[in-house]
Amino acid sequence: MITAENTENHGVSAQLEKKTQHYLISNKMKTYLLPSLKLTGVLIIVCSVLYPLLIAGIAKTAPGGGKGVTLSVNGKVVGYENIGQKFTKDEYFWSRPSAVDYNANGSGASNKGPSAPDLLAAVQARVDTFMKHNPGIKKADIPTDLVTASGSGLDPDISPQGAYVQVTRVAKARNLSEDQIRKLVDAQVEKPLLGMFGPKKVNVLKLNIALQEQKKN
Amino acid sequence: MKTELLGVVASFLLTLLLAFPLGKYISKVFRKEKNWFDFMAPFERFIFRICGIDVTREMNWKQHVAALLSLNMLWLVYAFVMFLFQGSLFGNPDSNPSMSAHLSFNTAISFLTNCNLQDYAPETGATYLIQLAVLMFLHFVSAATGIAALVVVFKAMQDKVVDKMGNFFELFLKSITRILLPISLVIALLLVFHGTPASFDGKDTLITMQGDTSVVSRGPAAGMIAIKHLGTNGGGWFGANSAHPLENPDYFTNIVEIVAQCLIPFALVFSLGFFLNRKKMAWSIFGVMTVGMLCFLLPAMHAEMKGNPAFDHMGLSQTTGNMEGKEQRFGPAASSYWSILTTVISTGSINAAHDSFMPVGGAMQMLGMMTNCFYGGNGVGILNYYIFIIIAVFISGLMVGRTPEFLGRKIEAKEMKIATIIALLHPLLILTFTAISSFAITKNPELSWLNNKGYHGFSEMLYQYTSSSANNGSGYEGLGDNTPFWNITTGFVMLLGRFLPIIGPMAIAGVLARKKFIPESAGTLRTDTATFGVMTYAVIMILAALAFFPALTLGPLAEYFSFR
Repeated sequence: MITAENTENHGVSAQLEKKTQHYLISNKMKTYLLPSLKLTGVLIIVCSVLYPLLIAGIAKTAPGGGKGVTLSVNGKVVGYENIGQKFTKDEYFWSRPSAVDYNANGSGASNKGPSAPDLLAAVQARVDTFMKHNPGIKKADIPTDLVTASGSGLDPDISPQGAYVQVTRVAKARNLSEDQIRKLVDAQVEKPLLGMFGPKKVNVLKLNIALQEQKKN
Repeated sequence: MKTELLGVVASFLLTLLLAFPLGKYISKVFRKEKNWFDFMAPFERFIFRICGIDVTREMNWKQHVAALLSLNMLWLVYAFVMFLFQGSLFGNPDSNPSMSAHLSFNTAISFLTNCNLQDYAPETGATYLIQLAVLMFLHFVSAATGIAALVVVFKAMQDKVVDKMGNFFELFLKSITRILLPISLVIALLLVFHGTPASFDGKDTLITMQGDTSVVSRGPAAGMIAIKHLGTNGGGWFGANSAHPLENPDYFTNIVEIVAQCLIPFALVFSLGFFLNRKKMAWSIFGVMTVGMLCFLLPAMHAEMKGNPAFDHMGLSQTTGNMEGKEQRFGPAASSYWSILTTVISTGSINAAHDSFMPVGGAMQMLGMMTNCFYGGNGVGILNYYIFIIIAVFISGLMVGRTPEFLGRKIEAKEMKIATIIALLHPLLILTFTAISSFAITKNPELSWLNNKGYHGFSEMLYQYTSSSANNGSGYEGLGDNTPFWNITTGFVMLLGRFLPIIGPMAIAGVLARKKFIPESAGTLRTDTATFGVMTYAVIMILAALAFFPALTLGPLAEYFSFR
């Protein structure tokens, strides 16, 4: 009898416990899970729909209309101002080496450690190529930006020294005077921000476009 | 050279100048004092109404944790499913494929935890829909989660017995509507007007001057780049992150982005001062953090600007410093500054390839993530620092023979246990998994993970787990990390490295808040003095940095000494 009663009692209390637990869970759902779910939905609309649409709308008034700024020669688009491109011919100023070969459908660096033998071999090969195409240039005059790969693989710029060291070759290949080319580079050297902050640089594509237009005159 | 250094100094000062008033503003927002974004209130009320949230219902620390976890759990499921099926959804002008299951697992955790380790190439591995509706969404909400958790701890530290610390949903939503969204909008527009794309057009194909065909990736990137920095997330629109000339077109945008990522971590330290009316303590914490940061920055910057000795041996002139992996428009000084700030703060965006930094720079970046509390990520930085304060209070108390007290509460066994577990979790995760991966690669040399051999290869693995556990997200990108092994192990490390160090401090603060408040007296150990600052710094360096010394010896230090 006693045992039976006990079991019965136990059964009732377990059932009750189960019910409370069920109630607690549904209560938790109501206080945490459902609001979280709804809040997530609202925030996706605010942060991922309204916010980017607003920026895209305002961007229409920005240079390039928010699609990236392009540069043209004779009305034909030849590239993006900020995306470097490959120049290997002697009559153009060369860009920096690129780990992704200037394929702007991707981007990236060599990710080689500073003492990696294959990095050092690659740099040596670039120096040799440069010296072959630029006879008379001393090794110590080649700035390292011309023989190292950039962080993005799409670096549009070189250092001013990197441009000046190529002047003789470009002048010879184009049958123009070195003086003329040097002045062209002078005009393309971009000063630090407000003249105070950051390094000087030369945008290779802009320089080569200026060079192209020089020839016409 | 001079202009490069000036640029770095200007970036730091500008951040400080903006962060101070922002800190005051943030404190006003969460103390519900009048502020000039109160016009958002009807919009917030509207959101609470349709979500069925009663903001008058305040929560204790356990309820805060429950709310935090239910939000995060939902986002994890949402992100995972979206990645798995992105290839067949709309908003995919470049026809990118879906992600594999292990990559989806990793990426979902990575963005949920504010880490943003990216084992995929965004240009070909993520659709526009995914970048906006999942990745950018997680940028916002993970940052807001950190801020809200910190505010809970702020509220618990007030000078009275506290049981309820506001409503988590309210703190969370206000972090977005009053802080993250408005500032992101300003940053995004600054970027857009300097050449970052924002339109929904897909890839462009053109013929270059030399006659090659070139395909250029674009997309609505500006908004994501703004919040990825402001939210200390770091996951970029393009693979090369902020080294990419469309993400970071010039020196001006570089300053904007580096200021943006330091802004909230700096400001929150000042917020603490305003919120608790303990400005001296805020400055003392800020001082320790700045000294800690400078100890990493100066050696790194010196090494990068001096250049690579191996190039000197080849007879090249290095007037511009170590340029491998760096962009001409930033140069080594701004790149080193960025690399250190992005690692001490848990952003993990990069403007130069960390893999190609000199060993000293690499070691400093890793130490930045190993300490993980000098400024630190949005909210979580101070939570990590809070753990070290508790330990420092305890040790100082033992040294001078007083009961350890912090802000009028006794620190006892329970709080110390939690603090110790959290402080040791970070080295435990990093060192264990680095050991496992090193073992795996030495036993199976055919695994082609490493892009570099020897010491630097070890550094690649050590860096990856450090970055995961610190929720940083930068990487030595030479590591071939899109494999089941890396995706799954770093996934678990990120998850543990995120939520335990958030819940731990919330628990400690919640337990302390209910204890009897003891007003300060002559016998109180003061925690806003320079002496206590030095003590905290010592605790951080001994606990966090020294634990990693043997590992650093095998990686960057050995590499440093291998240069002749």
